[in-house]
Amino acid sequence: MFPRPIEKSSRAWQLGYQAILPLVMLLWLAPLLAVALFSIRPDSDFIIGNYWGWPSSFEMIKNYGMVFGSAMPRYIMNSFMITIPTVIGAVALSCMTGFALGVYRFRGNLLIFFMFIAGNFVPFQILMVPVRDLTLDLGLYNTKTGLVLFHIAFQTGFCTLFMRNFIKALPYELIEAARVEGIAEWRIFWYVVLPLMKPAIAALSVLIFTFIWNDYFWAIVLTQGENTQPVTAGITSFNAQYRAMYHLMSAGSIIAALPPVLMFFLMQKHFIAGLTLGAVK
Amino acid sequence: MNFIMKATAASLATIVALSAPASAELTGELKINLDTSNPAPRATMEAMISRFQALNPELNITTTVIDREAYKTQIRNFLSADAPDVLTWYAANRMKPYVEAGLFEDVSDLWAEPAIAGSLASTKGALTLDGKQWGVPYSYYQIGVYYRQDIYEELGLSEPADFNEMLANCEAMIASGRKCYTIGTKWLWTAAAWFDYINMRTHGFDFQMEMARGEVKWTDPRVYETFENWGKLVRMGAFIDDHQNKDWQQSLPFVVNGEAGAILLGNFTVSPLREAGLTDDQLDFHQFPPITPGVALSEAAPTDSFHIAANAQNKENARAFLRYLVSPAEQTIINNGANLTQLPVNSAAAVDDDKFLKQGFEMLSTNSPGGVSQFFDRDFPAEIAQAAMEGMQEFMVFPDNLDDVLERIEAVREDSY
Amino acid sequence: MTTKSAWNITLAKQGWYKRNEIALTPWLFLIPGIVMFTMYVVFPIFQSFQISLFKWDGLGKLGTHGEYVGLANYEKLLTRDRSFNISLWNNLKWLIFYLVSIPAGLLIALFLNQAVRGIRLYKSLFFFPFVISQIVVGLVFTWFYDPQYGLFNGIIGFVGFEPINVLGDPGLATYGVIAAGVWPQTAFCMILYLTGLNSVDTEQVEAARLDGAKGMKMLWYVILPQLRPATFIAFVVTVIGSLRSFDLIAIMTNGGPFGSSRVLGFYMFEKSLSEYGFKMGYGAAIAVILFLIMMIFIGYFLWRTYQDEKAANQ
Repeated sequence: MFPRPIEKSSRAWQLGYQAILPLVMLLWLAPLLAVALFSIRPDSDFIIGNYWGWPSSFEMIKNYGMVFGSAMPRYIMNSFMITIPTVIGAVALSCMTGFALGVYRFRGNLLIFFMFIAGNFVPFQILMVPVRDLTLDLGLYNTKTGLVLFHIAFQTGFCTLFMRNFIKALPYELIEAARVEGIAEWRIFWYVVLPLMKPAIAALSVLIFTFIWNDYFWAIVLTQGENTQPVTAGITSFNAQYRAMYHLMSAGSIIAALPPVLMFFLMQKHFIAGLTLGAVK
Repeated sequence: MNFIMKATAASLATIVALSAPASAELTGELKINLDTSNPAPRATMEAMISRFQALNPELNITTTVIDREAYKTQIRNFLSADAPDVLTWYAANRMKPYVEAGLFEDVSDLWAEPAIAGSLASTKGALTLDGKQWGVPYSYYQIGVYYRQDIYEELGLSEPADFNEMLANCEAMIASGRKCYTIGTKWLWTAAAWFDYINMRTHGFDFQMEMARGEVKWTDPRVYETFENWGKLVRMGAFIDDHQNKDWQQSLPFVVNGEAGAILLGNFTVSPLREAGLTDDQLDFHQFPPITPGVALSEAAPTDSFHIAANAQNKENARAFLRYLVSPAEQTIINNGANLTQLPVNSAAAVDDDKFLKQGFEMLSTNSPGGVSQFFDRDFPAEIAQAAMEGMQEFMVFPDNLDDVLERIEAVREDSY
Repeated sequence: MTTKSAWNITLAKQGWYKRNEIALTPWLFLIPGIVMFTMYVVFPIFQSFQISLFKWDGLGKLGTHGEYVGLANYEKLLTRDRSFNISLWNNLKWLIFYLVSIPAGLLIALFLNQAVRGIRLYKSLFFFPFVISQIVVGLVFTWFYDPQYGLFNGIIGFVGFEPINVLGDPGLATYGVIAAGVWPQTAFCMILYLTGLNSVDTEQVEAARLDGAKGMKMLWYVILPQLRPATFIAFVVTVIGSLRSFDLIAIMTNGGPFGSSRVLGFYMFEKSLSEYGFKMGYGAAIAVILFLIMMIFIGYFLWRTYQDEKAANQ
């Protein structure tokens, strides 16, 4: 273990470490804590310049009530309706592509794999105009479906990389044994490989959920208005409406950030597994 | 441009209003896209639409309100893909790309109707391109200096009669520990209001229009003269600090708290200032003072407008809606002090009995002999407007960079006309 | 078992498919993914190359409304567009300073790699900036830097400095935005390293300790080589992230003040879709240049992957 485990060092240093930890953490999260503090202040605090002192009253219910009374709940619903189908679609597609690329040897295997990887790393700005036009031509501009289809397609790149490497690491003997039994290939996928992929599916789902939830660029390119836009775009409209009302803007930001944060704390193990799968091969 | 006195026509307005919605009730669909996302304009528009709905109960109206800044980028998408029937936009050069791309409907027929031809004449020019009309106005407003009357009185200042007095007032204001003018230039266009006025006061309306048409180099000595006048204010510290990352709403507290004496902006500034607690005794308005003696005063009065999309599905309903919203009765209501607090476009509509509206109307109809422009970013082509406003923002922070700024704008001008 | 006999029947029926099953199956599994990916990613890249050769306002169809101008867009970009130069420089700044996330992440990982009570919670709290959307991070940092009531100026004022308007200063704005980006990116690198540290070979570490290695020496010669895979991923993801930067700039400065914090990704959006831009061809040309820069790093990643694959197959 590196660095040297703390329990092997002096008592003073141990206590010192324990004391420093929360301080460093407070410093690390300071910008965020400041916003949390803003979000429970009354607006009068901003007028009299009481930014960092003790709030003159706690207006949590009032401020957050205003957020829930606005269009924000709509935007949050939209975010769910965009994110969940994307997660399902991208994971489903990449289970299949990952299986094909991880299990079979055929000409062009590596080439296709590289196409997915390269596409995943492309600057998405280069896709902007053509994808917007494609979505317009399909009649899906300003629909959640249009946004979901694009997200599925684009995320398939990353997901394929992830799934293919995962499947490649599975014991190949299992598949060979199944073939000897004469089991059809699609059944091997369904009954042999897929059950083994559960941890990868969980990890990938959590990861993609966060990516898509936090997307802003495509939301403003492909959708408009409160009927279709996700909460990342919604928060900017919300702020435009309550400009210079920092207590409300802060409360709105906190609400917008909450779902992925909850997701992370609930599914932490999968999340980190997903993130680091490639890093510690 | 001439403005017919409207207040006297108020009584006529009611008569016209009663006869206006006599046509048959509408059926089918009507899709409306609005950029009026700020609370007051949004409520105004929604109320107007519901009155229209009440007259046409069989009509199925869908309204989409889009954030004002976002709307500016989304308009081209929905015009070609998901066209509404009616939409809000701005007059003059700002509608040109859509007219040229065939995305706005030619509504010259509406302007030929007697009810419109007579009463909207004053704004016709702003909605005309290639001899045809491409929309109808719903509101316009004056731009000028909104100042803290109580602070001026406290310091013994009065409304400046010329630029030197304006500078002297500012000296006094600074000596009292305040700033003269608040401004937020994050979105750039607020700086253009200063350019418009100083340029029009220094060289006149016609020069401004020559510049808009690209006929004047930005490195022309006359342009330098304009910026030098502006620079007097900048160098004396007339403007608040750190304006480059504030939007205009964020700049208002300086006036409210008395840290700055005034703001140069459109009349839409009044309602947030009132909401923030300023009374009409504390807040007053004056026209931008003359700079070069003998140059006729001219004003900028941006016109907001409604248009019909060329790809609209329900053009007849859309036309009926446009007729309705320019009618004197509606014009009187939506522009009054409780709603938009702006000026009605219909000469038969009444200007609300509001301190600022009356002054603005008076100013535009009697004291703007030089002409009325729209606004910098509506009169100048988009590419120039963007580059020039960026340069103006830079000039307001670093006035010494003027040479570099003007050369850069000039390079863009040469490329784009 | 009945499957065997059913099996023979299907074999007879679908003789051709059955005989080629192993060759066909991967393609059947790949088709949906490839179709979607080609339609939305591969094809658009080529379309952007095509659009970049046109003068087109995006309002009509490219074929009918666009005007073919050859390489004129590139010529203008590379020879007389000052905004493009600024954007390119800023991209370089992003590239360099965003990489600070990697050592910073390593530092925090080393700091947190202890087994004291509650350390798990600390680790997740340190990680949590990465989960928040860049939009919220951008807002949070905009307020953090606010010259009037931002915590940043509160702190430096406390220490006795004059307030600084970070985002309003053309020389500082880009660094201010990058710092906001480094915050979540550091959290990401930290997690990569924490996981990497978990699987460091204990015996090697002990052996090195017996040889008298400790501190920096140990880190450099024993630990870091073992963390190579984590460093590689952190490097690739950070570089790609820095070149893609858009959200933070859009939220925090909108490219300002006076265009000083633009990067290519933002400038491209501005030219194509923003309020004053109608230049799809010009925007596409910017995107193509960004793409070509990115291809250097993508190529590097693919080459590394290829080497790994070759080694694995031997």
